[in-house]
Amino acid sequence: MTSAASKAIAVQNALTQVLRDDRGRLMAGLISRLGDFGRAEDALQEASIAALKHWGRSGIPASPIGWLMKVALNKGIDRIRQSQREDHKAQEVSHLMAEHDAIDTAEDIPDERLRLIFTCCHPALEEKSRIALTLRTVCQLTTSEIANAFLDTEATMGQRLSRSKAKIKSAGIGFKVPDPEDWAERLETVLATLYLIFTTGYVTQEVGERDLCAEGLFLVRLLDRLRAGDPEIQGALALMLLTDARRPARIGADGASVAIEDQDRSLWQGELIAEGQRVLMGAVDQRAPGPFQIKAAIADCHMGEGGPDWAQISLLYQSLWAFEPTPVVALNWAVVLSELGHTETALTKIDSLSGALSQFQPFHAARADVLRKLDRGAEAASAYATAIEMAPNDAARIFLQNRLAQIQITKGL
Amino acid sequence: MQYMLLIYSDPAREPKYGTPEFEDLMKGYFDVNEKIKADGAMVSGEGLKGTDTATSLRIKSGKVETMDGPFAETREYLGGYYVVDVPDLDAALKYAALIPSAAFGTIEVRPLMDYNPAG
Repeated sequence: MTSAASKAIAVQNALTQVLRDDRGRLMAGLISRLGDFGRAEDALQEASIAALKHWGRSGIPASPIGWLMKVALNKGIDRIRQSQREDHKAQEVSHLMAEHDAIDTAEDIPDERLRLIFTCCHPALEEKSRIALTLRTVCQLTTSEIANAFLDTEATMGQRLSRSKAKIKSAGIGFKVPDPEDWAERLETVLATLYLIFTTGYVTQEVGERDLCAEGLFLVRLLDRLRAGDPEIQGALALMLLTDARRPARIGADGASVAIEDQDRSLWQGELIAEGQRVLMGAVDQRAPGPFQIKAAIADCHMGEGGPDWAQISLLYQSLWAFEPTPVVALNWAVVLSELGHTETALTKIDSLSGALSQFQPFHAARADVLRKLDRGAEAASAYATAIEMAPNDAARIFLQNRLAQIQITKGL
Repeated sequence: MQYMLLIYSDPAREPKYGTPEFEDLMKGYFDVNEKIKADGAMVSGEGLKGTDTATSLRIKSGKVETMDGPFAETREYLGGYYVVDVPDLDAALKYAALIPSAAFGTIEVRPLMDYNPAG
């Protein structure tokens, strides 16, 4: 290999590295200064192309992120100049110039990713767009990686991303952290979005090019660092850690998913459990309960040495109900009641949810299980069949098929 | 930025004239008017008479067609609007949440078109 070729590879690697680690930070800084998602993306793209040329010639700079930020800002300002026709725009640019002269190292770039996350997760955007925009802008996933995760074509996902960026601009969604009076409500939307990223990774069969569980954890850890000490952020982090800790044990040798109480505990990742419990304790000590803290506590109670503490879990669902009186919470609570032996009550509760949840796979799985416990084999079999048909992945399908086979053997059906 | 807050509500769900709930509704509108004005954000705002007073018109094959009633058969009808001048969407949404009819329908928040070519 020629030395020119190996040099080019080294430059390419250095650029890939800084974009992987710091693209979110660069984008946040550029959007906040250039005032526009599209303009920031174009500027960073141009700066990356310039980097390949300049770094190859003059060597990799001491602070690659500082270099990219400076050059991207210059490119962005050039673009604004080209399109400007009015005096107030000229002023806008001169203000930018003064600010960016000071950027030399990574430390000079204020971390504006908190604003970026709140903008990407604004409730005025569709839920799926919030997820896509966050993964694209904060986690540096490519459009094609996001499309794969959601079984969309790259073109469809590309259009969704463009539409969202256009709406942020045209609807006047501010690039900012919400006002204190809106904080709690807006944080809820952000955490729900990050948790959906995490669970999408958890439900998806295979780990694709990018592990969405890891991205969800990365995002909530980032949020916890940018806004230290918020008990609900800590609750969401604890919930993800405790769930992720069980990941190696959740699918058995036969490919079926395994209920928590039947999992091989030696496969659980102790470090993640310890961290999750520590984070949860820190949150609970602040005595400002919220739905994520309660869900993390529920996850923790499932994992006790002597098996799940169903009585405690039922009490926690009662607290959760005060925050989230939704059919899904009612369903999960009913399942806990059946574990406590109140099987008839559980069935009545579950049946009362059929209108709201008939398209929700876990509803049919839970109903099948309660009917099985009540020895109502034929009805259970029919509910299992529906749940199997709607199963989100092979592991869940095999688990349900095993259960169905069991009742068919016992009943001689 | 200027936003129009379009007030859609379901007349069947709104309080009837003469009830204490109706008084509350009027007071709610009075309060939101005063607040938007005091904040210096009011551009305009009007309420509309009921849909039984509406006449709709369209041109089909060059011919004007006039009809009794509102354009679409829905449960929620446009009942009024505000135009506010605020820094961003969040600020507009805050006023929208203060409009009492939000409890009986939907407030649609949309930015006004900007005809200045330099944007």
